[in-house]
Amino acid sequence: MLAYLIRRFAAAIVMLLIVMLVTFGIFFLVPKWTGVDPATMYVGKQSDAAALEAVRSKLGLGDPIFVQLFDFVKGILAGRDYTGGGSTIHCDAPCFGYSFKNEQAIWPVLKDRFPVTLALVIGAAILWVVFGVLTGVVSALKRGTLWDRFSMTVALAGVSLPIYFTGLLSLAVFTYGLHWLDGQYVPFSDSPGGWFSGLLLPWITLAFLQAAMYARLTRATMLEVMGEDYVRTARAKGLSESTVIGKHAMRSTMAPILTVLGMDIGALIGGAILTETTYSIPGLGQAVLQAINDRDLPVILGVTLITSAAVIFANLVVDLLYAVIDPRVRLA
Amino acid sequence: MRDFTDSGPAHRTGRDTQGAHYGGSEIVTTQGSSRRKTAAGAAIVVAALLSTAACGGGGSSDNGGKAPGFNAANSKVANASAKKGGELKFVGTQDADSWDPQRGYYGFMWDYARYYTRTLITYKPGPGKESETLVPDIATGLADVSADKKTYTYHLKDGVKWEDGKPVTSKDVKYGIERIWAQDVISGGPVYLKDVLDPTGEYKGPYKDTSPDKLGLKAIETPDDKTIVFKLPAPNVDFQQMLAMPSGSPVRQDKDTQSKYGLKPFSLGPYKWESYSPNKSMVLVRNSNWDPKTDDVRKALPDKISLTLLTSADDMDNRLINGDYDVDINGTGLGAAGRTKALQQHKGNVDNPDTGYIRYAVFPQTVAPMDNEHCRKAVIYAADHKSLQTARGGPQAGGDIATNMLPPIISGSDPKYDPYGVTANDGAANIAKAKEELGLCGKPGGFSTTIAVRNNKQVEVATAQSMQAALAKVNIKADIDQYDGAQTTGIIGNPEVVKKKNYGIIIMGWGPDFASGQGFLLPLVDSKYILPNGNNNYSMLKDPAIDKLFDDAIAAGTPEEAAGIYKQINQKVSDHAVYLPFVFEKNVKWRSSRLTNVYTTTNNNGFYDYASLGVEK
Amino acid sequence: MTDLNKTGAAVGEPVAAERPSDAFLDVRDLKVHFPTDDGLVKSVDGLSFSLEKGKTLGIVGESGSGKSVTSMGIMGLHTAGQYGKRKAQISGEIWLNGKELLSADPDEVRKLRGRDMAMIFQDPLSALHPYFTIGKQIVEAYRVHHDVDKKTARTRAIEMLDRVGIPQPDKRVDSYPHEFSGGMRQRAMIAMSLVNNPDLLIADEPTTALDVTVQAQILDLIRDLQKEFGSAVIIITHDLGVVAELADDILVMYGGRCVERGPAEKVFYEPRHPYTWGLLGSMPRIDREETERLIPVKGSPPSLINIPSGCAFNPRCPYADVPKDNITRTVRPDLADGGSGHWTACHMTPDERERIWTEEIAPKL
Repeated sequence: MLAYLIRRFAAAIVMLLIVMLVTFGIFFLVPKWTGVDPATMYVGKQSDAAALEAVRSKLGLGDPIFVQLFDFVKGILAGRDYTGGGSTIHCDAPCFGYSFKNEQAIWPVLKDRFPVTLALVIGAAILWVVFGVLTGVVSALKRGTLWDRFSMTVALAGVSLPIYFTGLLSLAVFTYGLHWLDGQYVPFSDSPGGWFSGLLLPWITLAFLQAAMYARLTRATMLEVMGEDYVRTARAKGLSESTVIGKHAMRSTMAPILTVLGMDIGALIGGAILTETTYSIPGLGQAVLQAINDRDLPVILGVTLITSAAVIFANLVVDLLYAVIDPRVRLA
Repeated sequence: MRDFTDSGPAHRTGRDTQGAHYGGSEIVTTQGSSRRKTAAGAAIVVAALLSTAACGGGGSSDNGGKAPGFNAANSKVANASAKKGGELKFVGTQDADSWDPQRGYYGFMWDYARYYTRTLITYKPGPGKESETLVPDIATGLADVSADKKTYTYHLKDGVKWEDGKPVTSKDVKYGIERIWAQDVISGGPVYLKDVLDPTGEYKGPYKDTSPDKLGLKAIETPDDKTIVFKLPAPNVDFQQMLAMPSGSPVRQDKDTQSKYGLKPFSLGPYKWESYSPNKSMVLVRNSNWDPKTDDVRKALPDKISLTLLTSADDMDNRLINGDYDVDINGTGLGAAGRTKALQQHKGNVDNPDTGYIRYAVFPQTVAPMDNEHCRKAVIYAADHKSLQTARGGPQAGGDIATNMLPPIISGSDPKYDPYGVTANDGAANIAKAKEELGLCGKPGGFSTTIAVRNNKQVEVATAQSMQAALAKVNIKADIDQYDGAQTTGIIGNPEVVKKKNYGIIIMGWGPDFASGQGFLLPLVDSKYILPNGNNNYSMLKDPAIDKLFDDAIAAGTPEEAAGIYKQINQKVSDHAVYLPFVFEKNVKWRSSRLTNVYTTTNNNGFYDYASLGVEK
Repeated sequence: MTDLNKTGAAVGEPVAAERPSDAFLDVRDLKVHFPTDDGLVKSVDGLSFSLEKGKTLGIVGESGSGKSVTSMGIMGLHTAGQYGKRKAQISGEIWLNGKELLSADPDEVRKLRGRDMAMIFQDPLSALHPYFTIGKQIVEAYRVHHDVDKKTARTRAIEMLDRVGIPQPDKRVDSYPHEFSGGMRQRAMIAMSLVNNPDLLIADEPTTALDVTVQAQILDLIRDLQKEFGSAVIIITHDLGVVAELADDILVMYGGRCVERGPAEKVFYEPRHPYTWGLLGSMPRIDREETERLIPVKGSPPSLINIPSGCAFNPRCPYADVPKDNITRTVRPDLADGGSGHWTACHMTPDERERIWTEEIAPKL
């Protein structure tokens, strides 16, 4: 088990380094290929030569990629200074870059926004796992019945409907129509109740989309597992049907669901853009969308790295959990 | 109503360009255009549902019928009141380029900046054209101008203080203006003062200033703490306009955090910064060291001013209509879905002001066959102005059909000046004339060219398609090239690229920095503004007569005198046939029922005057 | 029903008409049918047999002959865990220790499962849950039927592992199935089956997934344990060799029915059904020279949806035309007692069959 842990950790770190290298390469190379001077994106309309030069030297755009990469990694570990145009900006460690558009280091922004996205994703994940898995299990056990067909049709709708549709619809009905929920994000520290009611619609909407996928996945997996020999063995032992399903079948059904869950959570941390935009939740997705609109490369780079790290971390957690669930994995 | 429902996709006109002044067309936000394209269909469905839900559920309670009426605040004061208190809630989808007075260029930032900064002189707080008048702010009066029009002297009022209670001095004003010279740090803002006071760029800015007090700029003198003298190398009729911009604000040297100043500017206005998180939110609270007796401009009615930044423009519209917020800080007008709903159910909360923008097509003379005046004229005659207006959103959301290149808010403009007979032809294409001009151009069988249009502006793409269809009727084959809208400086701003890509027609928009021909037309048509990169004179117009007229206008004794010259320039520009104006833009603005003292101004793109707003509790 | 073979005699004895039977296990006219989109699959179609405690019955047949379905039917596993609209249709009677199982309350049958009757499956790797330790699975099996704490159950599990010959059982009890070898897994499976001292043990192809040397060990183990516990054992296999060593009686199934049954030595040494001959012919034997070819039963098992009319084996039977009037293809043969409790369902006369066996079949084996 320990060896497995070490291997997984090492793999995650290597992965993170590769992601960093590739991401950095993209941000370094793409402007070169397209012949765009990234500096022009930071100085606005007045393309004053001095301003351009200052930004170039602050960003180190003239340096070779390895120097830039070294500076970047050094910034993460020890902080760094951006010097140019007669002024110096210090960026504390961990320095994931500095937005010259907003005159802010990126790490504090990420730290500020990450918990918001996490709350959105985790809250929704709890909902979609509970309802998705429950629906899937019941459908599997009642396969071919009216319930099964109904819930799988709803699930298909859930998978097919984009969030900007269900999201706007939910807002139109529950917030602007019926006035049941405010549907507006309030920080937890301001008002826990407001935070909860503000996130309720996004949670439900995001969970609806995901629960639909989980219901279908659970149903399929459950049907497969129910045909396994060890489920028959469990019955042959004289176990009650609830134990057979709740313990023996569920344990196996949860394994693939857990894998998908880890990847989904990881991906959503970086990619809940649609939900965050629809409901105006100030999370990472919104930050990266604004950064893309602003062509604020350091922010995009920073968010990309952080969300890649989140995906890798989520997968690491899944790997570890998987090892807890499935002892065979520990050998692998 | 037809125009709104017919205007198609849920894209508000001008959201993109409205944000900025001069060159704003390029700085701009690209907020949500691609996302909104995908969301548009859903938005329309939801809008329909929403209307039903609101009607059925008695949902109009939020705006309980007190709204003073359609266009009630369009160039006139609605809900006049002196009642203080409450929280004025701004909402937006786009943060300012910078809240640093010397760096901000977006129109809404200039409007909002009056909450926390003051200038020697500023615009009169009054509706419509009244707002174009300059009045003293921290100065005791308008400038004493010397006979040679090269020396401007101001005296500061007593009792003007910083938020820590220290008095504002003439040296603070000078230091603030000096910051514009430090373009390598303080980038992005307007550089008029720098260009006018130090055209050769002799001064290197306060951060590289070797004089001990960092006040080495020779063109500004501060004989004492209350007096400031500007010495211009050459007269400029609009100099006071330039001083009225936020970039003329004082900044105290010990509070200058250089590039980070915009995160928390040190206030001398009625409100100071309590909190700000870029792209997220801002709260301003009262500045107890602001003395209303020194300030005739700001009413300072609310106790608190908040700004919330959302990402979904549709969501913002819904929340405005729902009564969650009072004003869209960006001032870009409602989107299609919100517009429809607002005009149907809450028309009393809607204003439809002019924005001062012109939407147009421009023909680079370096790209054949647009080098031939007759080919250009053929395109102008072939265009269907009515269809272009519809593509922009119709008469309300798009604006009035424009017949020349000087918007109505600018002195010297004449909306009736119609050299190509557009109005006479009821906005339709003049096929006969177009064919005639094609013949004169030597291309009776038509020609091929390319229309360049920003890919992130659906409305502009729609106008390009309208042009493409109209031109096809006279056998002009136009391809549409949608380029990266965030890269205007390097693409259409680069004459080499324009030539290489065969951009015979470029679709753009332009708004004035200040209501004068210099603040609007100069960068578009003066040959001095042809640049290898970041060019704005896309037509590559080089007419010594026009350049001369600009020099005359700038050196003119009075704005009235200058206005007459701008009228001539406008006619000359029309004669060159390098511009095809589409509309004088308007937009559809939401004003909450709680707002008091609300009116639009013409000097600042049809924005409400934020400094006068109050709220009913 | 009358046209169906319903003799259902116990091995060696005619079935008593009165119920309940004295036999420990008495299966009467068992039918297990599965509705599918293609039609009704008659996996078991009228099977009867009985078994006494301490005895071993071998059920032999190709895959799809219905032998596994029979064992599942006895265990009640066709009704437990049947979800959705399509359920197995089961009829007949299964008497265990004087109790009829098919009409009993499913929960009562559940309580019998694992306690009074237990099962060993073909592939212990797939039959054991991969995510639980061997010990936990045995403990669970024990505690369903015994109200004891985990520690006691664990001691019992170690004891059972020891009994089935797993070395270091106190350590191996915490291993997972994948950490065991195939033979060890099957021993663990047997330990789990026997943990509650069941009166009836059904071993479904217990050695098929194992290699030859291990097969013998497992069979020995089953035999030893049977002696020790005195259970009735049903061994289900396609391999006559397996039952030859273990079984007291042998029942040969084909197409969901019994075609031949009787005492093991009779069926093995004097088989009287052509299908049994085929099975014997396809059986590898140590005393046979390797160069000789095995003779498999030609053709493929019958469709259980459209079972051939007449004798179900007729399409594959080399002697189908021996009886007159095409009777093999029109009339289904009844099981007939050939003496000494040796029953066969074949249209050929006993003499014809004895002649063919002694003259044609036996010399080639």
